[in-house]
Amino acid sequence: MEILSSLVDWSRAQFAMTAMYHWLFVPLTLGLGVIMSVMETLYVKTGNEQWKRAAKFWMTLFGINFAVGVATGLILEFEFGTNWSNYSWFVGDIFGAPLAIEGVVAFFMEATFISIMFFGWKRVSKKFHLASTWLTVIGATISSLWILVANAWMQYPAGTTFNPETVRNEMTDFWSVLFSPVAMNKFFHTVISAWVLGSIFVIGISSWFLLKKRQTDFALKSIRIGTVFGLISSIILLVTGHGSAYHVAQRQPMKLAVMEGLYHGKEKADLQAFAILNTSKTYDNTEDEFLLSIPVPIPGLLSWLGYDNCNAFVPGVSDIIKGGYQLPSGQTALSFDEKQRRGKEAIRSLSDFRQAAATGDAEAKAKAKVGLDENYDYFGYGYIDKAEDLIPNMPLVFYSFHIMVILGMYFILFFIVVGVLVYRKKFENIKWLQKLAIWTIPLAYVAGQTGWIVAEVGRYPWAIQEVLPLNAAVSKISTGSVQLTFFLFLALFSVLLVAELGILTRQIKKGPEAEVN
Amino acid sequence: MKTPAFLYHLYTFYRDGFKNMTVGRTLWILVLIKLFIMFAVLKVFFFPDFLNSRFDNNESKADYVRQELLKINQ
Repeated sequence: MEILSSLVDWSRAQFAMTAMYHWLFVPLTLGLGVIMSVMETLYVKTGNEQWKRAAKFWMTLFGINFAVGVATGLILEFEFGTNWSNYSWFVGDIFGAPLAIEGVVAFFMEATFISIMFFGWKRVSKKFHLASTWLTVIGATISSLWILVANAWMQYPAGTTFNPETVRNEMTDFWSVLFSPVAMNKFFHTVISAWVLGSIFVIGISSWFLLKKRQTDFALKSIRIGTVFGLISSIILLVTGHGSAYHVAQRQPMKLAVMEGLYHGKEKADLQAFAILNTSKTYDNTEDEFLLSIPVPIPGLLSWLGYDNCNAFVPGVSDIIKGGYQLPSGQTALSFDEKQRRGKEAIRSLSDFRQAAATGDAEAKAKAKVGLDENYDYFGYGYIDKAEDLIPNMPLVFYSFHIMVILGMYFILFFIVVGVLVYRKKFENIKWLQKLAIWTIPLAYVAGQTGWIVAEVGRYPWAIQEVLPLNAAVSKISTGSVQLTFFLFLALFSVLLVAELGILTRQIKKGPEAEVN
Repeated sequence: MKTPAFLYHLYTFYRDGFKNMTVGRTLWILVLIKLFIMFAVLKVFFFPDFLNSRFDNNESKADYVRQELLKINQ
């Protein structure tokens, strides 16, 4: 079991590192893409060459980021096949279909139009070039849609049925997979967070030009676009953030409890503004949850976020394990023991099904199928040894969630302050704020990464929510081989990141006056 | 006769585009090195597909995964 834990941990660590590295590039591609497209649109509409220069400068940075980041997501697919083979087989075409569409449609859309975007300034008409720029960005965004749909299915498996003959999940309703409420909310929340990051990047880099007293007009024009786009995006992000909390509360209540350090459920639950977790607290002792806690002074905010009702009961870790509380559907929540029993029953039915199929006993096969169908929703619980194994790493999820939320609030304030000062023509004289704008760039990345930590670590112990836990999803390969490839990736990613930062910095220093391609 | 003219324009479009690249040249080199490492080294030597490399058909893959899922629980 220790070897398996170690294998699972290293496989998780490798997947997390690859995903986090990939997510350094994607949000800037999506966010900067829209901003440069808006600038080019302004150029085409007004004929003002300054907008063209600005669009071309940001387009160059977009290109550098795109080139270094391109295909890094494919490494995740290598890992699925090698490290997570049980999972890869078990999910069947649910993962394959969206990723195939992503590869064929979105990738070729990007690949076609990106060359026109970079090579076509003097070769095609203004409008055709503008259309190509927008289509490149739309292609990149559609790419992210399919990946996020696949991820959302792991959080909320919809539109599928399990086939015990093939031991695979089979898609029964493509539209339920694509338009599952979790997938749609995840798509908008993720893409809009990328727009916020793109806006902060533009404001930060433009502030550097102001500090250097270079390209002032270009910098202020860029900041104006960045603040308007960033403020609108960050306000929409609040709405989609509420949507995320709502869906997590309905379908992944353990994740919500861990996000808020809530061990014992309550009605009219408050959201913590700042808190320090008591690490010796467990779900079955009576110690306090926090060493220090300062709730947001809006009573019942967590209840409202999770259930659209300030008085709603939010179950804590202990309630989820013990069961007995009322679910939003009106049913009574099952205890872990009962879910585990039904999970084992589902696994036994799968075994019976195999034996019946081997002996050609149609009646026993049908009976086993009924037993499997009745208990399949709890299939994964059959692999969980003890209740504690259901609890994700609380400090990591809790602090990541609060860092993300605090940064999200800071970004709104940041966009408002910068926007007002730019409007009053004072921003160019406030050096500390320009420096702060530069330092806000890494904070935007921190917000994005912590958001993914909440989503993915908070899903523990599930590879597929409640159906397949990590210990059943992993390939039985040697831990040493996963460790080796972990460090190989670490080296490769570090070199690529240094290369990107080097090329990006050099290009920024050249400024928009440099004509590049 | 329109098609050859279109193809010629397409060819010159890409030829001139690649020829006039500045920072793009460095980026292409970086992308090609990266893709080589990913597909010719990592994929081939370190990331064989676990099931494809052990089983020839879907039936035996399904049997293996089923056995694994049943074995873990025992």
